[in-house]
Amino acid sequence: MSTRTEPVWMRRLLIGAALTFLMLFLFLPLSAVFLNGLGKGIAVYFQALTEPNALAAIRLTVVTALIAVPLNLLFGIAASWAIAKFDFWGKDLLITLIDLPLSVSPVISGLIYILLFGAQGPFAPWLMEHGIKIIFAPPAIILATIFVTFPIVARELIPVMKAQGNDEEEAAMTLGASGFQTFWRVTLPNIKWGLLYGVILSNARAMGEFGAVSVVSGHIRGQTNTLPLHIEILYNEYNFTAAFAAASLLAMLAIVTLVLKSIIEFKYRAELRAAVKTENHK
Amino acid sequence: MSIKVDKVTKTFGQFKALDEVSLDINTGELIALLGPSGSGKTTLLRIIAGLETAEAGEILFHGEDTKETKVKDRNVGFVFQHYALFRHMTVFENIAFGLRVKPKHLRPTDAQIKERVHELLRLVQLDWVANRYPAQLSGGQRQRIALARALAIEPRVLLLDEPFGSLDAQVRKELRQWLRRFHDDLHITTLFVTHDQEEALEVADKIVVMNKGKIEQVGSPQDVYHNPASVFVLNFLGNVNIFHARIEEEQGAAGKPRRMYVRPHQLTVSRFSLSADSVKAAITFINPAGSMVKIDAKSRQGEIFQVEVSQEEHAQLKLAKNDEVFLTPKKITYCEYDI
Repeated sequence: MSTRTEPVWMRRLLIGAALTFLMLFLFLPLSAVFLNGLGKGIAVYFQALTEPNALAAIRLTVVTALIAVPLNLLFGIAASWAIAKFDFWGKDLLITLIDLPLSVSPVISGLIYILLFGAQGPFAPWLMEHGIKIIFAPPAIILATIFVTFPIVARELIPVMKAQGNDEEEAAMTLGASGFQTFWRVTLPNIKWGLLYGVILSNARAMGEFGAVSVVSGHIRGQTNTLPLHIEILYNEYNFTAAFAAASLLAMLAIVTLVLKSIIEFKYRAELRAAVKTENHK
Repeated sequence: MSIKVDKVTKTFGQFKALDEVSLDINTGELIALLGPSGSGKTTLLRIIAGLETAEAGEILFHGEDTKETKVKDRNVGFVFQHYALFRHMTVFENIAFGLRVKPKHLRPTDAQIKERVHELLRLVQLDWVANRYPAQLSGGQRQRIALARALAIEPRVLLLDEPFGSLDAQVRKELRQWLRRFHDDLHITTLFVTHDQEEALEVADKIVVMNKGKIEQVGSPQDVYHNPASVFVLNFLGNVNIFHARIEEEQGAAGKPRRMYVRPHQLTVSRFSLSADSVKAAITFINPAGSMVKIDAKSRQGEIFQVEVSQEEHAQLKLAKNDEVFLTPKKITYCEYDI
């Protein structure tokens, strides 16, 4: 039991301030989204979500996430495995590079792809010749999303894997397990909560990404609009009800993510604690 | 299975962990690799298991070079210092692991696995913890489960890295004797790493004393204790009093200085001089706790002697601090090397 030194009035003041802040900046805007979306009745709300352009935006968002998240999962496991379990030349550089997408503005992340694959880019002639369209088409959206989200899984896994060390993998090998068996039966079960946590975060980011995607999308209705872009267009056209209806979908995604996140965090903390505990025995 | 270590060298950066180490291990021996930390003993064990690769030299299993044999195909049972039990598996699954990862045509059926696991659990006297997780076991229990897991694959050789290192004194003692009996029953070639000389002397058939990446001496416990081959072994295997006085007469080459030492329990304490060899000294410290009473005494020349006497002698002599006593060696050992 920790000793509390703050007097009662201080505690109440602090809690009150925190709650007021949350009300103003979180609950109020969030409820505004739902109230505005449902402002003209439930029928209008559903109509806004089922019109062809909205459906196309939802579909593109889901497809993007379905491609970007599994790829990040693979990359994240590979990178964190390499970083946590092996020493190699250029490891620090790799760690820095993994963090790069988090430290540059998403607009830049989008621009990179315009510069690479756009009409002035080095690959433009070849792409033209073969009739492949990347910029202002779904491929660029998917690429930009992968770029923006790729550090997330790796960043979650590296600390867990580092804390757990190599002992169990070595034990598995001496017991006759192949590399794949070791990974599947020993490493993966030990990191599963951290992995799930990373996947959920990276999914939320993939579905909600605006900046990078906006630069490369071209905003073609029904074709290259993701949900966040669709919302922006509706809003700019003063179609507030439809904009908020679509926004409420993203808000719900955020809420589901938060709930899942806290459930996993609870399990994940136990996993991390166990890892740290065995570490301390050493 | 016999193991031959032939001129194995291993460096970590600037640090030479093993320096042309050679060692022969016969089938069925129980061997202790004894040395201080950094002496290369764990590295040698890991190279034998295939967890590290040697830069130079060979490891031969039964006369066959193992360079091309991967860890998973070496069929060695390795028990890690911190057990390395699979934390997300029950004790049962931990022990069954080595059987479940076998290639399909060699894999036992579920019923056979179950039988084998319970047989091993009975062997380590822990049949009742099958459904627990490693976190729910005590240190000594984890150690025995780690051993059972290593034995499940019927290894040709058993390698144990500081097997009792992280256990408390009481459990250590018990497990030590248990390992000795266990080896007497199974006769599997076993190597264990330890920095505890008492442990090595008590358990092993043969002790390999290592220091700074080299082997100092290989021999039976009696051998390394009574005939240490170097100053290092002499000092590492227990406290020792080195006589700086030199005898220059009799036996062998006349006039050649001879060095000698006496272990603490080989000195007799008396109130009166017993022989010409007796040395007068003043007691500076007495610790009567333990099976033997430990005494430090200082001679007039300023030499400090470590002495161990039995509780009975201590009671009889009524020794106290600052008492003047005579120390007489029961046995002097001459060395062939410089001390």
